[in-house]
Formats: sequence, structure tokens, C-alpha cells
Amino acid sequence: MIELIDIHKSFEGKQVLKGVSLALHDGETIVILGRSGCGKSVMLKIILRLLKQDQGTILIDSQDTTNYREEQMMPVRKRMGMLFQGAALFDSFNVGENVAYALREHTSFSEDRIRSKVAECLEFVELSGTEQLMPSELSGGMKKRVALARAMALDPVYMFYDEPTTGLDPLTSRKINQLIRKLQTERKVSSIVVTHEIANAFQVADRFVVIKDGEILLTGSASEIKGSQLKFVQDFIKGGVISDGRQ
Amino acid sequence: MNKYINNKISGALSETYRFFAFHWEVLRRLFRPPYYGKTIWEQMDRIGVDSLSIVILVAFFTGFVLAFQIGYAMMRFGAKIYVGGIVAVSLVRELGPVLISMVFAGRVGAGITAELGAMQVSEQIDAMRALATDPLRKLVLTRIVASTLMLPVLVVIGDLIGILGGMLVGVMNLGLTASFYKSSVINSLVFNDLFSGLIKPLVFGAMISGVACYYGLNTKGGTKGVGEAVTRTVVVSSVLIFLLDAVITKLLFLLGI
Repeated sequence: MIELIDIHKSFEGKQVLKGVSLALHDGETIVILGRSGCGKSVMLKIILRLLKQDQGTILIDSQDTTNYREEQMMPVRKRMGMLFQGAALFDSFNVGENVAYALREHTSFSEDRIRSKVAECLEFVELSGTEQLMPSELSGGMKKRVALARAMALDPVYMFYDEPTTGLDPLTSRKINQLIRKLQTERKVSSIVVTHEIANAFQVADRFVVIKDGEILLTGSASEIKGSQLKFVQDFIKGGVISDGRQ
Repeated sequence: MNKYINNKISGALSETYRFFAFHWEVLRRLFRPPYYGKTIWEQMDRIGVDSLSIVILVAFFTGFVLAFQIGYAMMRFGAKIYVGGIVAVSLVRELGPVLISMVFAGRVGAGITAELGAMQVSEQIDAMRALATDPLRKLVLTRIVASTLMLPVLVVIGDLIGILGGMLVGVMNLGLTASFYKSSVINSLVFNDLFSGLIKPLVFGAMISGVACYYGLNTKGGTKGVGEAVTRTVVVSSVLIFLLDAVITKLLFLLGI
């Protein structure tokens, strides 16, 4: 379980998060909804301590990581995977090397075992046989799927998705959503998905957190979100295409 | 106006603090494993071997021109026999370390900043940290170690090539024999010259790669930011080469070296 308690963060005097508190329970998928630039991605980076909060407490599996140094965060990060908005594949490595990266860094697996684990991860994201391709040869959707394979190589307990479907066509978005769901159901991974795409959000979420102006406006299930009378929430829903169907 | 000056001063002070804090963090990692030996080896190849051709070119023409100029001046006093010795001492003590370090800053320093800067703006550095790898250890320390080891090697090679370039002029234009030029070089160089010529690139190598990594990892603002970071690396490294050269030279003279 991950708990954020009263998190504040500002950049150059502009306050982005104003006392955000939220809990991710084991096995659930939370979707954080909000307009672009409202601090959603910052929350993910604060959990991973890629950014440091100005104020507030972070508990990861009851471990207070608030004041952890970089080296103390390393074992914590091994239990987490992050899918970055732009995939963030290492562009000097091919697909196989990208997926194998964490295995080579943190395990004593033989090369054969690494190869088979890489193949297994790529099969999970339906990209078998692409090991030798370079990131520059991949489409946007393929990059995201390779990044997902890379993030799951160490079998993380928690997964964080930063705008996983932004910029992708509907079919590819659907594929990514299916993979997020598959990771949750098959591997019991707890996830936080940050998005402003409402249609995709409904496909993966167990629970929604709506953020406005750096504060949590509403937390609830899909039906609670749809039934909300708050104008911001209604405008947000009307702005996208609602789909109830989970895949 | 006062506010503007205060902002500039506090900006410069906080930048200096961040610069030294960054290097302190890197230095702390020098004494604790893991060390990424394979990556250091790869970097030594990229930084050292791949720079060889430009170093040879610059060193050869520096020695060539130096011998011409010194020979021209010396001939007026009938002292052209000293050309080999003067070329060798100038190259080994001063010109070799400084000029080759300038080339190194332009080629390797700029390259490191561009590479790390591009990784920074495309979130690859964050991805690396999210995958529980320390970029200061994996990217920065490896490059600093490789540069510190390889720049002295490049300077030694450059010195030799420069002396050869000078010999070409000595033999073809000044009427010296190759063996006379060689003995003039050997008789002129003493241990202190070699020590001075090696300690400088050792310091410059660490400094250039440290500056390059610092600006690379602090790149902001997309491709424009990468360009600005590269420019800053080359400018700051070049200025620091001359500044440190003056400091080291003075220190060595004080120590009698």
C-alpha cells in the first residue's frame, strides 16, 4: 500500500500540489484525472522520489520514505515500474537491451535467463521478436509497449503510468489499456494511471481521483464520478467519450 | 538596478553551490562500489581512441608551426640548434596540455553534454533512476574516470606527434639532422617538464568531464536547452583550462617543479 499524506509541491513559486493526500491499496488501479499541467505527473515522480516534495509524508508498504536519500530509494524503486509519457526508452540500446536493462543491473541472472525473461516480457506486450529493433524504428504505440515490458521486467508490485495513451490512435490506446488491465489481473500489480483522457480512464480504473488547482476535488468509483454534480467533473466527462466497458 | 545586481550575485552563488554539491555527490561515489568497469572501458574507448585522429592533427601542426616560428626567430641569433629543445619543452610543459585539452573540451566535453542533455530532456535519466540505477554512478563517474585517465594519454601522444612535426621543419627547413634534433629534445627535457605536462591533463580531464556532466544533467527546455548546455560546457571548460593552467603553473613553480 502507498500513502501520500498532505503533499505540497511548488516550482519557482508556483504551487502545483496543495496538500494532496491519497492511498493506493494493494491490487487496485487508481486513475488520477485532471487538466494538463495540474500536477498529476508530479505526484508519480514524488512517489518514486524523482522529485522531492516541499512538505508531506510518503509511506510505501508502511515504510516512511519521506527523507530517503537516493541510495536508500534504490531497493524501493526495484519494487516499482514507471511508464513515462514519452516512453523514455534508452535510444542507444535496442529493444532487447532496454528490456534487459534492469535485469542486468540488479540480478545475477545468466545471459540465457535474461534472454528468456526479455522474450517473456515482450510476449506479454505482444511484441515478440522485436529484440533487435532500435527505438527509432518503433511507432509511438510500440515504444510505449516496450517501455511497459522494460518496467515490468523486475516483476514490480506497483506500476505507475504517466499519460499511457496520449498521442496514440484509438486502437493502440485500447491495446495499452488492455495491457494495464492484464498486469493488474494476472500479476496483481497495484497501479496509478495519470491521464486526462476520460474514455481511456474508464477502461482501467477501479477508483478515480480528480485533481483541480493542485487539490483533490473528488474521489470515487466510475458511477460516483459520472453521477457527480460538480461542474468541473461534468465538463471533464462531457469533454471525452465515456465508455463503461472494461476489457 | 540594485535588485538586478543582487539577483545576479545570488544566482551565481547558488549555481556555484550546486556545481560543487554535484561534484561532492560524485566524489562520494568514488569510494563505494559498484564501479561499472565495463562502462568505464567503453567510455575510455569512445573518449580516448575516438579522439586520437583530431589530437594527432592538432598536435602535428602545432609542433610544425612552433618549430617554424622559433626557427625563424632563432636564426637571427644563430641559435637554430636550440629549436628542438625549445619546441619540446614548450609542447610538453604548456602547449600540449592546454591545446589538446581545448580540443578535448570541444569534442568530448560537448559530446558528453549533448548526450546527457538529450537523455535529460527525453526523461531517460528519470527512467534510469526509476529503474533503480544511479545516473551519477553509471553516467557521470564512469565518464569522469575515463576522461581523467585518457586525457594524459592523449597529451603524451600529442606531445610526441608535435615534436615529430617540429622535427620535420627542423630537417627540411632549418638544415638540422634528425639525430641532432632528437638529441636536442632528449637533452632539454627533464623530469619536472614531464611531471608538469602530465599533472595538468589529469586535472583538466576530470574538470572538463565534470563540467560536461553537470551541464548535461541540468539541461532544461528541450533541444534549445541542449544547445545552450553544450555552449556553456565549452565556454566554462575553456575558461577553466586557462585558469587552472595558471594556478597549476604557479603552484609547480612554487614547489620548484
